[in-house]
Amino acid sequence: MELDLTKAKEFYSKMLLIRRFEERCVEFYSKQKIRGFLHLYIGEEAIAVGIMNALTPEDAVLATYREHGQALAKGVSANSIMAELFGKQEGTSRGRGGSMHLFDANTRFYGGTAIVAGGLPLAVGMALADKMMKRNRVTVCMFGDGAVAEGEFHESLNLAALWNLPVLFVCENNRYAMGTALNLTESETDIYKKAASYKIDSKQIDGMDVVEVAKAASRAVEDIKDGKGPLFLECLTYRFRAHSMFDAELYREKVEVEEWKEKGPLVVFQKRLEEMGLWSEMDVKELEDEIKTIIDEAVEFAENGTLEPIEDLEKFVYSEVSNG
Amino acid sequence: MDNTITYREAVREAIRKAMREDERVFLIGEDVGNYGGSYAVSRGLLDEFGRERIIDTPLSESAFTGAGIGAAMNGMRPIVEIMTVNFSLLALDQIINNAASMLHMSGGQFNVPLVIRMATGVGNQLGAQHSHSLEGWLSYIVGVKVLTPATVQDAYDMIGLALSDPDPVLVFENSLLYNSKGSLDTKSTPIPIGKALVHRPGKDITILTYGINLFKALEAAETLAKDGIDAEVIDLRSLRPLDDETIMKSVAKTHRVVIVDDGWKSGSISAEIMARINEQAFYELDAPMARVCTLEVPLPYAKHLEDAAIVQVDKIVDTTKKVMVQS
Repeated sequence: MELDLTKAKEFYSKMLLIRRFEERCVEFYSKQKIRGFLHLYIGEEAIAVGIMNALTPEDAVLATYREHGQALAKGVSANSIMAELFGKQEGTSRGRGGSMHLFDANTRFYGGTAIVAGGLPLAVGMALADKMMKRNRVTVCMFGDGAVAEGEFHESLNLAALWNLPVLFVCENNRYAMGTALNLTESETDIYKKAASYKIDSKQIDGMDVVEVAKAASRAVEDIKDGKGPLFLECLTYRFRAHSMFDAELYREKVEVEEWKEKGPLVVFQKRLEEMGLWSEMDVKELEDEIKTIIDEAVEFAENGTLEPIEDLEKFVYSEVSNG
Repeated sequence: MDNTITYREAVREAIRKAMREDERVFLIGEDVGNYGGSYAVSRGLLDEFGRERIIDTPLSESAFTGAGIGAAMNGMRPIVEIMTVNFSLLALDQIINNAASMLHMSGGQFNVPLVIRMATGVGNQLGAQHSHSLEGWLSYIVGVKVLTPATVQDAYDMIGLALSDPDPVLVFENSLLYNSKGSLDTKSTPIPIGKALVHRPGKDITILTYGINLFKALEAAETLAKDGIDAEVIDLRSLRPLDDETIMKSVAKTHRVVIVDDGWKSGSISAEIMARINEQAFYELDAPMARVCTLEVPLPYAKHLEDAAIVQVDKIVDTTKKVMVQS
């Protein structure tokens, strides 16, 4: 992966889009236009952008409940995400999913899982299907450090390795499972070592550095498509915001958050571009304006969206096509 | 073609047929391959279809059930075998939070054409962790369908019906039925999912049941006939959806109801059926409804205790007679 001006602009604007999109979400949460649980990705943007950069539209992604950024980076439209958050019919899940359950068949974005390790077995199955049908695709499974404590994490890694499946496990280690620090819940806090124990090639990388994530992801996806089986990336990161909008953040010091903000993905990337002499070539104002337009449009789209009729509430419990 | 085979063979033949006809179908579960299935259902399939399609798994119910769901979402038609219904509890997260919810949660985008087969049932002195009947309880879940084949014909037909269904279907095979024999017509048109079947028409009282208790109910009906009671015995076949139409039609004919259910009484499928009859056919009733269920104990090992806990023919006979005199 070559980092030139075009790529630099792409990375920066995608991370900025996620950041600004979610900041706008906070506004609309305060205005009670967005309800339910809202888990923000702010601080973790480099992971989604770096990982998705390695994928083709044919590759699938299973995401977490903190997935606005993952969805935007995979190419799900800001309009449909915002409409979903507003509970509208034009949303990714016709208003049935909300923030935690974004789905988009067009971009092969398979949610949106709110049971922390619940997506891992699905990723194993998705990859198994690709292998059986000899389709050269990768399934990416994103999950947080909290998922590591669940049995499904271990069961799934074992199966993926045993069957040599084309799946990329991406652990977004932001150091807290909701409000409990990793060292209070795990005997081994280096998560990649757990994956390695299943004979999966595993790496720990700086999840704040989009370039490092993108490089690791590109190499991993290439290896997987070459038939090297599952791979595991532990991306060290930090969320700048509370776990959800209901979280009083009693479990960590403000100074810790401030320290991490200085290592934030946008800051890190700017420094990198400055060192490369590319930053001066970036028109950040222009990018901000473009992003503002995208988000304004998304908000307008969501505001003007329609409510799913109550008569259709019981649709999609079962498929409409009956067995033939 | 008409032949007599065992329930076990009927299930196996249905799986074999499906796998021959559709390359997307595969079988996955504990001991399905080399061992030949813990109840010998899949014996021989590994030789015919190979390790790629008859997939032995580790003891990881949640992961291999979830893998079935993921594969179904990605174009396959998996059959997941869970060794016993008790073990399905380890996969409930996947069944409820993923398989059953996916279509709705994704606004209709991702359906899960998955079949999960499980052995169920009581009466083998297997104790509290290997012999329960939780199919009524699992039929509580919105988004899945629940089938309980009692006959050889249904054991065969329901696998095909379940595989052609676009949504997750749970098929409960009673382990005591695997050796039972019956006639199989592979050319007949299967009775659809969600349809109950009147097995023995009668005019005096309706006995509603499913699975292995169909045969206990039929035996009870013969005994009752000697006392001049003409019982109608209905095989529910499908616990979700329930066939309200057939149930209410029978109630309107006999005006009396006994439900025979392998589950515990509290919160059981029999409780649901009673509630529906109350809602839809209360004024048809000439007597309070009654039911025969498993006693509310974790299933004991000792034969005399187990026998006392579970549904028996004489309990059905006694309960039916009591309802008959209450009018």
